[in-house]
Amino acid sequence: MTSLFDENGRNIPCTVIEAGPCVVTQIKTKETDGYEAVQLSWGERKDKHTTKAMKGHFQKAKTSPKLKLAEFRDFQLNSEEELTLGQTLEVSSLFEEGDYVEAIGTSKGKGFQGVVRRHNFAGVGDATHGQHNRMRAPGSIGAASYPSRVFKGMKMAGRMGGDRVQVFNLRVLKIMPEENLIVVSGAIPGAKNSTVILEK
Amino acid sequence: MSDLIKLVEAEDAEARKNYPDFKAGDTVNVHVKIREGNKERVQQFRGTVIQRKNPNTNGETFTVRKVSNGVGIERIFPILSPNLDKIELVRKGKVRRARLYYLRGKQGKAARIKERI
Repeated sequence: MTSLFDENGRNIPCTVIEAGPCVVTQIKTKETDGYEAVQLSWGERKDKHTTKAMKGHFQKAKTSPKLKLAEFRDFQLNSEEELTLGQTLEVSSLFEEGDYVEAIGTSKGKGFQGVVRRHNFAGVGDATHGQHNRMRAPGSIGAASYPSRVFKGMKMAGRMGGDRVQVFNLRVLKIMPEENLIVVSGAIPGAKNSTVILEK
Repeated sequence: MSDLIKLVEAEDAEARKNYPDFKAGDTVNVHVKIREGNKERVQQFRGTVIQRKNPNTNGETFTVRKVSNGVGIERIFPILSPNLDKIELVRKGKVRRARLYYLRGKQGKAARIKERI
């Protein structure tokens, strides 16, 4: 993350995202697939790491094997032109400065966490009054002989992070078309160098 | 990824060159733009630089300390802030550390800094 100043002199925290060039690898239509969508790809995948099936898929779009694929419904370019298979999309054809975008990514793994961190439980407020080592304990997880089981989905300790997270209302502060960079306000899910999906 | 950040910050790095090269211990006169309603005026804040944080990033700030009416005042300025009009380097100071927190506990003669020539 870095920061930029806006015209009012406010310092805005922001994230730099490399968004492109994206190649259209498939155009799904109602007749063939039952729904309308556009499949975009980003990054280069080594030939030896690509399966034969995927090689064929990329061959159809007349492009080299790509690293990541993502599908978008209701896809529209800034201009009115029609999408074609194998077309390369730059950042500037999709986003404009001042747009609000959504970022979807996988959050950083936090490991095995207790309920206080994982589910925002309050913990026990007191260190005294009969408490010994119960400061961050979950408390009761249900009643006794009825139902004599713990309900599914009970909030308990466990693995945290690594979830799909969507962040809304990120403002596009800056676009650098030559480098295909896009600068959005605020933080986005995931570690550095991880992949996110941007939607408008 | 950090290389990408450098690309974005490169444009702002140009603005930094307008300012003199100052560091902790130096006395500076900071001209700050202040907006009151529609009017804009410039206020000066003169004091000793006690630290520069996050150097060579967009988040770089510096802290200026002065003693006014016996009360110590510290202001933190983002170096790329558009509200900064200019920075004057008044006097260079000779100090042995990068963060002069020890000045906070000192008054008068003890808070002096030798001049660097």
